[in-house]
Amino acid sequence: MEKNIERQTLLLRLDGDLDMKTAETLRQAIDNEIERRKVRTVILNLEKVQFIDSSGLGVILGRYKKLVPLGGKIKITNVPAHVFKIMELSGLPKIIDFYQTEAAAREEGRGAQ
Amino acid sequence: MKENQLTLSFSSLAENVGIARMLIASVGAQLDFPINDIEELKVAVSEAVSNAIIHGYRGRSGHVVLMELEIDDDALKITVSDEGCGIPDVEQAMQPAYSTDPERMGLGFVFMQSFMDELNVDSTVNKGTTVSMVKQLNRSASSPSS
Repeated sequence: MEKNIERQTLLLRLDGDLDMKTAETLRQAIDNEIERRKVRTVILNLEKVQFIDSSGLGVILGRYKKLVPLGGKIKITNVPAHVFKIMELSGLPKIIDFYQTEAAAREEGRGAQ
Repeated sequence: MKENQLTLSFSSLAENVGIARMLIASVGAQLDFPINDIEELKVAVSEAVSNAIIHGYRGRSGHVVLMELEIDDDALKITVSDEGCGIPDVEQAMQPAYSTDPERMGLGFVFMQSFMDELNVDSTVNKGTTVSMVKQLNRSASSPSS
């Protein structure tokens, strides 16, 4: 996992499998930054993720539910096609915004400075 | 006729879910399933095994999960069983978005159902749960059975 924080935006580049083994680590990594560093936008780059199941999807949904009441949001980028198919079946893309690139995710919603 | 069978017995530990997935991916590749089907088999197995550990054994280590594979002429049968707490109401547990935990999506059975041709759940409270799943083989082109 590769981490980058800029202002209130946390960018995580994830790799490997998002399953019950890795779900808890990911949950803690994101929640720590939300609580300690007041991160309000979380961008997850899934380019190197090879596998996702409902445990991995649950962590993403859980972070969405945590961020929304705080006025925050979660964005997902660079999803491999086979991973996207699973996400699509879960309905996640209906509530969370997906982007082709990190740059596109950063741009959107930033507004005038 | 039973052509091949494999049994994997493992401790109720999170790191073993990945090993169960590797086994089904190898078997799926050997049976010439398309890559897309192999991905789906991996998700179905991952859900069944995760359920056994998280729900059956309530996340506790020191228990045993059994994964049995049977391959015959026309189907791959996967059975995942635990001797855990069991499911009081299987029908309710299989509903989409049913989950005992807000962090989870209640999609485990939905994925198993979507990705497999047959799904059967047999559970007894305090005895355990057995999930049986069948994926049909489409090998008529490559190996004539007559």
